[in-house]
Amino acid sequence: MVQLIIRRIGMMILIMLVVALLLFLINEGDPRLIARSILGPYAQDQQLDAWVIENGYDRSVIVRYFEWLGRIFAGDLGESVIYKRPVSEIFWDRLGNTGILAGVTFVIMVAIALVLGVLAGMKEGSLQDRAISVFSIVTTSIPEYASAVFLVGVFVFWLGWLPGTSSMTSGFDPLQMILPVLVLTLYGFGYIARMTRASMAEVMTTPYIRTAVLKGLPYRHIILKHALRNALIAPFTVIMLQINWLLSGVVVTEFAFGYKGFGALLLEAALRRDIFVIEACGTAAVFVAVLTQTIGDLGYTYLNPRIRFK
Amino acid sequence: MSDVPRMNAVSTPLSRLGASFMASLRPVLLLRESPVGMVGGAIILLFVILAIFAEFIAPFDPNATMVPFAFPGAEMEDGRVFLLGTDHLGRDILSRIIFGGQRVLFYATVATAAAYVVGILMGLAAGYFRGYLDELLSFVANVILSFPIMVLYVLIIAKVGASGINIIFAVVFASSPGIMRIVRGVTMDIATRDYIAAAQTRGEGPWYIMLMEILPNARGPLIVDFCLRMGYTTITIGALGFLGLGLPPPDPDWGGMITETRAFVSGGFPHMAILPACAVSLLVLGFNLLADGLREVSLRD
Repeated sequence: MVQLIIRRIGMMILIMLVVALLLFLINEGDPRLIARSILGPYAQDQQLDAWVIENGYDRSVIVRYFEWLGRIFAGDLGESVIYKRPVSEIFWDRLGNTGILAGVTFVIMVAIALVLGVLAGMKEGSLQDRAISVFSIVTTSIPEYASAVFLVGVFVFWLGWLPGTSSMTSGFDPLQMILPVLVLTLYGFGYIARMTRASMAEVMTTPYIRTAVLKGLPYRHIILKHALRNALIAPFTVIMLQINWLLSGVVVTEFAFGYKGFGALLLEAALRRDIFVIEACGTAAVFVAVLTQTIGDLGYTYLNPRIRFK
Repeated sequence: MSDVPRMNAVSTPLSRLGASFMASLRPVLLLRESPVGMVGGAIILLFVILAIFAEFIAPFDPNATMVPFAFPGAEMEDGRVFLLGTDHLGRDILSRIIFGGQRVLFYATVATAAAYVVGILMGLAAGYFRGYLDELLSFVANVILSFPIMVLYVLIIAKVGASGINIIFAVVFASSPGIMRIVRGVTMDIATRDYIAAAQTRGEGPWYIMLMEILPNARGPLIVDFCLRMGYTTITIGALGFLGLGLPPPDPDWGGMITETRAFVSGGFPHMAILPACAVSLLVLGFNLLADGLREVSLRD
């Protein structure tokens, strides 16, 4: 078990280093492109070359990569080309906003998905199961940018209950959070629900559940005390992987509602070639994704006694 | 089913390919037992027919600007009707949805098929040869899969630029590792079977074994996954269009149509953005229902 944890964490660090190298090569592999993005399209070749030498970009890529890693660990993310401010001033704020959005969505989405998945899986093939399954397929088929249009049409312009923006220009407003959270939840919960349903349905066919039924235990008790413990092991990994999906959805959703999060920042930076912002956002996204995948893997190993005690 | 092995025993590779092709049609024929799958298939068929005959079905040129801000059912002076209205530049929305569907289906199919070719070759090689090659390919797959997928698309498209070819490239890059993982798992399982040992004893080469013996027997999970991935790719192409990184204008694409017109939802013209949103949701629903039906059918036997 300890060996497995060390191996898994070692793998995680290796993947992060390789991904960071890829991000670095894509963005800073060609020094003249950096000079071009900083000095603007009308800069002459001599000026580009002068800038490259002045800032030490004429040295080998590997040396610069390790320097860059060192700066990131020290908290220096470089300076934004567009905002002319240190990236860290903008970046942490945006990341925090996304953290709030993703956190709230995650809690609500997982709760709904688990409840619906268990309800569907405990009576496989019943009307209840069919209804929940079809509902989750339909919601998973509506991409975020489509459901945003539908929900805005209904709740903002038809009923007039909610604001159509989530830019939070006049301070934090919980009302502005509802639509982005709803859009992300609708698209994302179906997958977890289906996994939970499959796992629950499998557990319900096992001999120990039949024994519990034959012993005459109350149905509630069987589901809550006997079935759930084993049925929730498999979805755990899926739930942790869902954070990776959530980070994807955040890019589209933040753009749709004008939410000031890191997904919108990444998109804006990518469109305008703001290289240091792209690097910061890309690194953060992969860091969160790889970390949650590792936790998912290790958690699954820990939760499953058949692996834990081997 | 009982006569398929007998045919295999005496036949040449070519007729065996035919037999395995017929066998791969079986789940499609069995689909009539799954109402959910049939609904999905019907939706996809509708969009495919609309795409193939777009030139004849679409009432207008999708890029022609006529009467701006017309509501669904509005009539032109010459008596022709805008069934779904027009957008802010006066282009017929029905025609744009039909031609947009043609574009989305074309790029989604080509991109997914290309991702499958790459993913299958990588997965077969990793699962059959094992060893260092497997370690290397699996590590590459792990690295790519560790990116949140939309972040990866934004990074790639922002670097190489937005065009049809680049979208295909990005989809292949981002989704072939997932396909490789599935193929690798199935390959490792099938490689232990007796008929593989028999083929090896006959002296067949590794690629013959992989493509002729292993791949046809791995088709079950791959067909279901292909349908799901067609849905994801449709969503992705739409999402890139929505973010302004998609297929170049003025030719219609559903994501781009939503992004161009969603500002007019507030101005009392919600149909402009809602209709393409319905189109993309319906097509993806078709793929997901078909995948669900195929999975249900394949679990049954």
